[in-house]
Amino acid sequence: MSYWEFLVEQGPRFVDGALITAVQFALAAVLAIAIALLAGLMKLSSNPLIKGSAVIYIELFRGTSLLVQLYWIFFVLPLFGLTLEKFTAGFVAVGMNLGAYGAELVRGGIQSVPRGQWEAAYSLSMSPAKRMWRIILPQALLNMLPPWGNLLIELLKGTALVSLISVADLMFEAKQINGSTYLSAQTFGTALIIYYLFARVLVTPFMRWLEQVMLRKLGRTE
Amino acid sequence: MMFDWRWDFTWEILPRLISATANTLLAAGAGYGIAIVLGLVLALSQRTPYRLLTLVVREFVEFIRSTPLVLQIFFVFFVGPQIGIRLSPWTSGMIAIGLHYSAYLSEVYRGGLNSVPVGQWEACSALSLSTRKTYWRIIIPQALPACFAGMGNYLVGILKDTPMLSVIGVAELMHTANAIGSESYRFLEPYTLVGIIFLLVSLPTAGLVRISEMWVRRKLGVY
Repeated sequence: MSYWEFLVEQGPRFVDGALITAVQFALAAVLAIAIALLAGLMKLSSNPLIKGSAVIYIELFRGTSLLVQLYWIFFVLPLFGLTLEKFTAGFVAVGMNLGAYGAELVRGGIQSVPRGQWEAAYSLSMSPAKRMWRIILPQALLNMLPPWGNLLIELLKGTALVSLISVADLMFEAKQINGSTYLSAQTFGTALIIYYLFARVLVTPFMRWLEQVMLRKLGRTE
Repeated sequence: MMFDWRWDFTWEILPRLISATANTLLAAGAGYGIAIVLGLVLALSQRTPYRLLTLVVREFVEFIRSTPLVLQIFFVFFVGPQIGIRLSPWTSGMIAIGLHYSAYLSEVYRGGLNSVPVGQWEACSALSLSTRKTYWRIIIPQALPACFAGMGNYLVGILKDTPMLSVIGVAELMHTANAIGSESYRFLEPYTLVGIIFLLVSLPTAGLVRISEMWVRRKLGVY
């Protein structure tokens, strides 16, 4: 069987899997961004209780493996009375894990905004919320966009693990196809290329574009 | 009762998990060893005068870095037999994880080599040092401090990625926890213990990396 025939025959399953991967990626990314923003801001709080809980969250999720967290959320949480469906458990685990890494980026991004900006906003008697939202965060966002691009690639790669709790994503379909055809090089090779194109054609250019937009909005283009 | 932690069961499985931890550390160490060497090869091969080689290696590094490690592990494990090479789970796991992290480390090395001022290169050629001597005696010692932080982070990273080796049956921590879970139908203790063991290993490792980073910086006289 030629590679072309293989693709025609198994193409629909690759497409199905890739779509599930895309959905998992999108949901996990939204969750990770929300958590990163929340935990990153909490870590900058002067209240030791708020700061402490953010530190514990971040260290807990950065100190253990994504796979361990995924299995824990899927197999152990039900024992505490919280049963998540496998699809939900998948993106929740990936989002919470990468959110912890993102929190550090948010913290670093905010801290990299020059002090004068805080002082200027203060002297214009802006409310703390307005100061953060209108002055600090947009500049912080621009600073942290490049590392967020890398983080989103890590997130995409992380979604491949949800196949291990039987979410029918690209990785899962690849394993199934390999099991029925035994054409391992073609099967896993195709899946690798799809992941690569996803990262290289969608995620990275999108982040570049976002960076350009932010630069223009902040009036920093030459 | 939805949640009952059994201590007797905990003590029963703890020795198994601890001996599996040794395998996890071994896998991380061996993978890291491969990655350190291979990463250097990948980084240096991007510095040759052959533009095509640079281009191919760059794309290869990008490819490895943007595709999932689990998939790469499966690829190495299953494609070997298809072309007539039978690899054990350990061998294919080490190849996959070593290759994956060599791509990351090559980027670290690249950044470090680029951080050496161009005057240093010019001084070497002015003294007509050989390429080997230039790298070994002048460039690498100066590039190393800039590399250290990244190298340390990936040491912790590789440790946390070893559970993925369980998918092809490498008897590390996660694999053992899965086995215990399917024998006893108890998941609470094994998975929780695995989490705790990872915290106990990775947090001190991260701390140790920070300390040794400072030590090397002081030793080399850069702050």
